[in-house]
Amino acid sequence: MLEIKGLKVDLEEEEKSILKGVDLTVGAGEVHAIMGPNGSGKSTLSYVLSGKDGYEVTEGSATLDGADLLDMEPEERAAAGLFLAFQYPVEIPGVGNMTFLRTAVNAQRKARGQDELSAGDFLKEVRARAKDLKIDAEMLKRPVNVGFSGGEKKRNEILQMAMLEPKMCILDETDSGLDVDAMKLVSEGVNALRSEGRSFLVITHYQRLLDHIKPDVVHIMSNGRIIKTGGPDLALEVENNGYADLLAEAE
Amino acid sequence: MTALDQVEVKEGVDQETVDAVAQLSGAYKYGWNDDDIEMDYAPKGVNPDIVALISSKNEEPQWMLDWRQAAFTRWEGMSVPNWAMLKVADIDFQDLYYYARPKSMEVKPKSLDEVDPKLLETYKKLGIPLKEQAILAGVEGAENDLPERKVAVDAVFDSVSVGTTFQAELKKAGVIFCSISEAIREYPELVKKYLGTVVPPSDNFYATLNSAVFSDGSFVYVPPGVRCPMELSTYFRINAENTGQFERTLIIADKGSYVSYLEGCTAPKRDVAQLHAAVVEIIIEEDAEVKYSTVQNWYPGDEEGKGGIYNFVTKRADCRGARSKVMWTQVETGSAVTWKYPSCILRGDDSQGEFYSIAIANNYQQADTGTKMVHLGKRTKSRIVSKGISAGHAQNTYRGLVSMHPKAKESRNYTQCDSLLIGSQCGAHTVPYIEVKNNSSRVEHEATTSKVDDDQLFYCRSRGMDEEEAVALVVNGFCKEVLQALPMEFAMEAQALVAISLEGSVG
Ligand SMILES: Nc1ncnc2c1ncn2[C@@H]1O[C@H](COP(=O)(O)OP(=O)(O)OP(=O)(O)O)[C@@H](O)[C@H]1O
Ligand SMILES: [Mg+2]
Repeated sequence: MLEIKGLKVDLEEEEKSILKGVDLTVGAGEVHAIMGPNGSGKSTLSYVLSGKDGYEVTEGSATLDGADLLDMEPEERAAAGLFLAFQYPVEIPGVGNMTFLRTAVNAQRKARGQDELSAGDFLKEVRARAKDLKIDAEMLKRPVNVGFSGGEKKRNEILQMAMLEPKMCILDETDSGLDVDAMKLVSEGVNALRSEGRSFLVITHYQRLLDHIKPDVVHIMSNGRIIKTGGPDLALEVENNGYADLLAEAE
Repeated sequence: MTALDQVEVKEGVDQETVDAVAQLSGAYKYGWNDDDIEMDYAPKGVNPDIVALISSKNEEPQWMLDWRQAAFTRWEGMSVPNWAMLKVADIDFQDLYYYARPKSMEVKPKSLDEVDPKLLETYKKLGIPLKEQAILAGVEGAENDLPERKVAVDAVFDSVSVGTTFQAELKKAGVIFCSISEAIREYPELVKKYLGTVVPPSDNFYATLNSAVFSDGSFVYVPPGVRCPMELSTYFRINAENTGQFERTLIIADKGSYVSYLEGCTAPKRDVAQLHAAVVEIIIEEDAEVKYSTVQNWYPGDEEGKGGIYNFVTKRADCRGARSKVMWTQVETGSAVTWKYPSCILRGDDSQGEFYSIAIANNYQQADTGTKMVHLGKRTKSRIVSKGISAGHAQNTYRGLVSMHPKAKESRNYTQCDSLLIGSQCGAHTVPYIEVKNNSSRVEHEATTSKVDDDQLFYCRSRGMDEEEAVALVVNGFCKEVLQALPMEFAMEAQALVAISLEGSVG
């Protein structure tokens, strides 16, 4: 599904290297987790994969089902099935959440040569998905993320993901800021989407989330590299001992 | 305020915008010319003979001609105003045609069936209903269906009104809706009583010129207690080359009446700038209410700033009676140069004025627009919401006056003025003038300037929208409060226009 090889990334503005050779392969239907200290490059990796400006890929490649991601515009990557749940979802004043969703859904359908969803079908769909995530009608009408609480923003990201039905989902610290119940809702939302053809890359600092969303593989990222890859146990190790030993081992 | 609560923009409308944009290949959609429509021109230039000629073409009575001639004499002694933040090439006022009429209109058609099919074709292409049929107001597939609605149209082509629909039906309700030339002939007493009482012939350079040479425009009279049964609208089309359009609109809402009026404008793409200098006067008596909405989409000139309409307009509403109300809503997307300040004279006690504006300037467009709220009566209220969007090399200025006179005790004004910049070569300016001459009134002014945020655009794009869709969505969000003030069909048209006007502004 997702194949990243030797990916090196600098900042465009200043001479600073952030990713220093990342190798990562996520197979179809798999759930991978990435953990790692603050500033190690986890969000940068997710931004570079989704096509945000400001980064320069100096070496390496990233493909989604064989297609070169790095060569595509952000919207083409989305249409190809890539989705990023932002660590910090963006506010768009004046644009209704529902309008935003419908525009996004139809833009992707159009890009794939599918018919647009009719207003009726769209509404039915969005209401059902919103209900699962306990997002009320009022929140659907409000402008995108404006005045949403931290947890509401994260749930809203998952709603978008559910509506867009991507095949490769990257969740960047979607668990941060969620209360215990919301964490459960979001995890259930993610688990409901798990399928053979859909993969997940879950960036998190906490084992908590991984109790709900059981990963197949756990990677530890530090200073722009994946320094260790293992099974679910690796996350427990981090939870108990922190990163010190892992970092020392990698040196 | 009530006006805002009554109109609701439905969810999903933005999608229509996006579709409309996607379907359009070129930027300016109304830029064709109909050069095959044969025209009669008055000789170039302006002088007492031309003034007399226009008057006689319209078969006007002597008093009207005298009024025009007095205005002309005054105009000769005036000079072009230069206080606006506009760079305008000198206009040679003697090198313009002041009167252009399709040949087929020489003998006035008695009904729309007799109008030259070529003219009708133009309006059909513009999507303006000149047949008396109910138009479907709802968005297809929208959540709740809207009832069928009727809109009466007065179609003005260059210097003349081509026809007005639904006149008979309106007449039944007592509403007069016709071209101003017809009103001067048929209802001289009404015209005499009100014409020039809000914008006097001496008002300003362009208004004075208009008073001398106006050729046509719309006239509305709503009698006491009547709620106008349908929306009224006028569509202005400038077609002829080197021709100034000087239209005059007079709207009178008598005691306790209500009317909503829409104005739309388009013009062909021409290399040479064209002049449009209109005057709109609105009189609102006791307890009456008028909503006046404009979607101005004159040809803005090309990407290098060649051609386009010079739009110098004087629009003013006089809230004469107690508790009268006026609401101006404008979406200014076209024109090379816009000079326009729809104003409210709040004379009656407890009268209210509202002004909602979206002004978009792209490429080399220049807009200097805003409003004047003149509070004369007690407990008068006004509200100004202005959204200026600049892209390319454009300059966009909001200029607003709020004046509280000594007798305007306990009056209120609220002004909100937001500017949005797209790119780094454009400019936004806010020029508020505030005068408060009593100590019980309150004026609030808020202003913001921001840039289209890259993070917002990336967020939209990461969800599958392309760059132009993303910009249109973000900008429509920025304009939301004003779009909500527009009648439904206009809101959708305006949203589409916002997107079209900004084409090519990113990337
Ligand atoms: N645009 C930028 N300008 C300057 N520094 C940047 C920029 N983007 C990323 N960085 C730096 O790159 C490093 C990696 O940042 P990134 O956000 O990817 O870390 P992270 O692993 O997601 O951290 P966290 O766990 O705190 O979210 C950090 O040192 C950060 O300061
Ligand atoms: Mg991060």
